[in-house]
Amino acid sequence: MGTRLVIIFISGILINNIVLSRSIGICPFLGVSKQVETAIGMGLAVTFVMTVSSAATWVVQTYVLEKFDLMYLQTITFILIIAALVQFVEMVILKSSPTLYQGLGVYLPLITTNCAVLGVTIINVDNHYNLLESMINGCAVALGFTLAIVIFAGIRERLAFSDIPKPFQGFPIALITAGLLSIAFLGFQGLL
Amino acid sequence: MSNLIMIAKAVGVLGGFGLLFGAVLAYASKKFAVEVDPRAEELLAILPGANCGGCGYPGCSGYADAILQGAPTNSCPVGGATVAEKIAAVMGVAVDTSAIRQVATVYCRGGKEECGKRFQYTGVQTCRAAQAVGGGDKLCTFGCLGYGDCLRACPFDAISMGDNGLPVIDEAKCTGCEQCVLACPRKITALRPVDALVQVRCLSEAKGKDVRAICSTGCIGCGLCMKACPFDAITLENNLARIDYSKCRKCGLCVTKCPTKAIVGQLEARPKAIIGDDCVGCSICKKACPVGAIEGELKAKHRVDHDKCVGCGLCAEKCPKHTINMQ
Repeated sequence: MGTRLVIIFISGILINNIVLSRSIGICPFLGVSKQVETAIGMGLAVTFVMTVSSAATWVVQTYVLEKFDLMYLQTITFILIIAALVQFVEMVILKSSPTLYQGLGVYLPLITTNCAVLGVTIINVDNHYNLLESMINGCAVALGFTLAIVIFAGIRERLAFSDIPKPFQGFPIALITAGLLSIAFLGFQGLL
Repeated sequence: MSNLIMIAKAVGVLGGFGLLFGAVLAYASKKFAVEVDPRAEELLAILPGANCGGCGYPGCSGYADAILQGAPTNSCPVGGATVAEKIAAVMGVAVDTSAIRQVATVYCRGGKEECGKRFQYTGVQTCRAAQAVGGGDKLCTFGCLGYGDCLRACPFDAISMGDNGLPVIDEAKCTGCEQCVLACPRKITALRPVDALVQVRCLSEAKGKDVRAICSTGCIGCGLCMKACPFDAITLENNLARIDYSKCRKCGLCVTKCPTKAIVGQLEARPKAIIGDDCVGCSICKKACPVGAIEGELKAKHRVDHDKCVGCGLCAEKCPKHTINMQ
């Protein structure tokens, strides 16, 4: 049991990195990765939301969708759950901790309909994880997302000051960088 | 029939979720409502929304928050007195109108014709870039480079480039936000109180001979203005005339005396002395006038020659009957 959780955790971060191996969650990966600081904020917000929504969707999947044989409603239900959950969490954070809201709150609306969050919840279901495994996987995948986006932001911060040929400036060089980063992460395939 | 049940189940479950989440969010928005000071929004509506940072806070919302924390109500240079009054009304405090409006001024008059170039600069057409190449292409190392960094920095379109390659500031539009001051690599643009009507428009600390060699309108430190000033408001520092605005009466005598026209004054704004009917002809004012603008026989009512009067107000101060008005 313990080893299985560790394997899920490590594979979620490194081997099956959601951005660099599965190519899910590319929009925030490209959009919020110009500065390391904002990338960390986004990463933390995603970590929080993914862990919570992994648990919530597992409950709904097991006790509602499978009970009523409504598996074909999975996607739309999960989107509904995640969106409502994020809004709710945003309100709670705003009320309970203005400081945390300053750091995290601005990114929360961005995650409302984030494909990576939806992707994790569906991967959880496809792999028949139980509640604990789902949450571990959600957290690990989010940490992998954070790792990828922070590394990427660090590279982009340096790219901003380097002499890039004109046709490659901006998004082209960012995409090439992302591709190289993805190839680098391919090396983790042999880890387990 | 089984189809109908399936549809009903789907609608029921999804609709149920929607209702549930809607109810939870509605409850949460009440339960977790954060009390925002309603004055914050009011203040934000009053502020100009230029987000120029001239007040010293990060944008208009930053200033609005700061006001709620007790910041002064008159820090917005864009809105000026009208906005300060409205803010004070919202906050319920007295208006502090003591602050005089500040405007940006270009302290150089050496345009293309007055001051030449050391070399032909063909690089990036900004002052900052030109300054980085051997200290700028202008002969004078204190003068305006004229590539317009200030006018690109101006958020209010108050600066335009004049024909002689010097920026012209529209003082009516200028809000004193200091963006141009920060943009100028040579620190030639600076703020001054709008009522400081006489300015030495040169920053050259070079010796008079050297200034004369490169610029026809620079301050050569000759000291004629210092001698002309009836109020000792002008001093020479580092070969440069400096006006002490606490002493300056805006009479403009220095402006007329300056041989290189480095001193500029908005002389048309000067007041004129008018002698009232209580004049007993003591002729004290006549002796006090630095420009000999007052005429009249002893014991008879005196008269001011408005062509000569420079509006310094010395006569009004000296008059024992207090019958001279400055208008």
